[in-house]
Amino acid sequence: MLAIQTTDLSKDFPVGFWRPRPYRALDKLTLEVEQGETFGFLGPNGAGKTTTLKLLMQLLYPTSGRAEILGRPVGDVGVKRRIGYLPESPYFYDYLTAEELLSYFASLVGYGAAERRRRVSALLDEVGIGSERRLQLRKFSKGMLQRVGIAQAILNDPEVVFLDEPMSGLDPLGRREVRNLILSLRDRGCTVFFSSHVLADAEALCSRVAILASGRLIASGKITDIHAFQVRGWELIVAHLSGESLERHRARMRKVTAIADRQYALELPLEPGPDGLLRDLIGEGAHLVSLNPTRESLEDFFIQQVGQQEPR
Amino acid sequence: MRVIRHIAVNVFKESVRDKVLYNLVLFAILLMAASYLLSQLTAGQDIKIIKDLGLAAMQLFGLFMAVFIGIGLVSKEVERRSIYSLLSKPIRRQEFVIGKYVGLVLTLAVNLAIMTVAYYAVLGYMAWMAGSWFKPGWEAPAMDPALLKAVAMIMLQLMVITAVALFFSTFSSPMLSAGLTFGFYIVGHFNADLKHFEAIIDSRPVVYLARALYYLLPNLAPLDVKAQVVHALPVPAAYLLLNTAYAFVYIAALLTASSFIFLRRDFK
Repeated sequence: MLAIQTTDLSKDFPVGFWRPRPYRALDKLTLEVEQGETFGFLGPNGAGKTTTLKLLMQLLYPTSGRAEILGRPVGDVGVKRRIGYLPESPYFYDYLTAEELLSYFASLVGYGAAERRRRVSALLDEVGIGSERRLQLRKFSKGMLQRVGIAQAILNDPEVVFLDEPMSGLDPLGRREVRNLILSLRDRGCTVFFSSHVLADAEALCSRVAILASGRLIASGKITDIHAFQVRGWELIVAHLSGESLERHRARMRKVTAIADRQYALELPLEPGPDGLLRDLIGEGAHLVSLNPTRESLEDFFIQQVGQQEPR
Repeated sequence: MRVIRHIAVNVFKESVRDKVLYNLVLFAILLMAASYLLSQLTAGQDIKIIKDLGLAAMQLFGLFMAVFIGIGLVSKEVERRSIYSLLSKPIRRQEFVIGKYVGLVLTLAVNLAIMTVAYYAVLGYMAWMAGSWFKPGWEAPAMDPALLKAVAMIMLQLMVITAVALFFSTFSSPMLSAGLTFGFYIVGHFNADLKHFEAIIDSRPVVYLARALYYLLPNLAPLDVKAQVVHALPVPAAYLLLNTAYAFVYIAALLTASSFIFLRRDFK
């Protein structure tokens, strides 16, 4: 059974007051996420990530297509018991304390009073909210609210958790804590589906990603697979390279960057491989420091793909 | 039922932590107390004035509470996006709507109870202060239990108005909801005129339209028995029961419509 499955999922919003016309926010999204995966849902602002998450939470109804979570249609109350959701920039009730809010949500899940107290206390510890737990939420900073949001999303030990921009509003320490939390959820066997426009987060956490732009899925798969077809050359770093050697072989290099005295970073084209040049340079007295394939970074890939999209 | 109860308790908690609510209750109680001073200007009619003004204060401030809290019940959750996390929990949208309604009714009931206690306290003070030569002229005792019939009917009116406010707040903005709810309240008190429109206008379509509006709009005038109880006129139990049944049917219809609208709503 798949954790998440969408088939040709589309959503139109009417735009315009006098004669509204449909604006396609999501276009025939077909996606499969296996159980236990940490799945990154990437795209720039306005790509349709939040719309997808809202469709999966049935906060929006699809124009066409269908979506299932754990083999059941989205919106099924039984399924909601097994999932968690962190909305983008979460906001809660001003007049409740963090403790009261989580206790309220726990009561909606169906936990008894003793279990509620135990869970709420443990969760607030886990997300790093200490004595502030007895403050009303209106006194919380954005980062603190984000932590409360994460706590409420994992309140019921979910099998699948949906996180919409979970790092948003967090300081570097908070980001690291959330990363660790996502890794610990993964280790517990929880499927994590998170959206982000911060690609480093996806690179650090995800087994697979899907990239969305202008409402359309433009790539999906393992990050390494996406990188693989985008290797674009080699970066060779050498020391003790003489000026004459450099001039002699300059035509075989795409770009030369001086790093230190007689130490250079040489950018080489993909073809022919670096072997011949490396052999020649070493033969002329240079020392090899490092040799790496230069890949299209996820960020470059992202920008390039988004640029190719036709406007909606 | 469990979910509805928890949502209702949360609405109650939200309301009692709202300073606006305290101000409204305080104003109502002050108005009741002030009615004592006003009554001093009208020899012989003082107790009636206190009874009248007290019930009117309860109705007016109860109406403000019902409308101003009612219109925000759903729209505030949507505007502030707190509804996103809430609806991801194992609840149905209908339970959310009904829970919100029950929570506000609970809040109104508690506040009306506080105002009723204050009302009887003012009346008790009046009875204690009045000379024995005044009392025989009174149509009913100062602390007449029949006044509770009017209080109960005010509660019913507020329950209807809360359902109206909630209905509008499921699809329109708070300001528009407030305007429409106040409009319904006013029209609801003059609704009976629509039933006999043929007496003033000789146009079949208009008469049919008026008749349709009569059935569609809340009929609040029969729920207003303030004048009867203040003047010690009988209010039969059958009359109260019939109008209570009407109010409950009207509320059920509104909550069903609210749930239906809310069920299909997109949260962008």
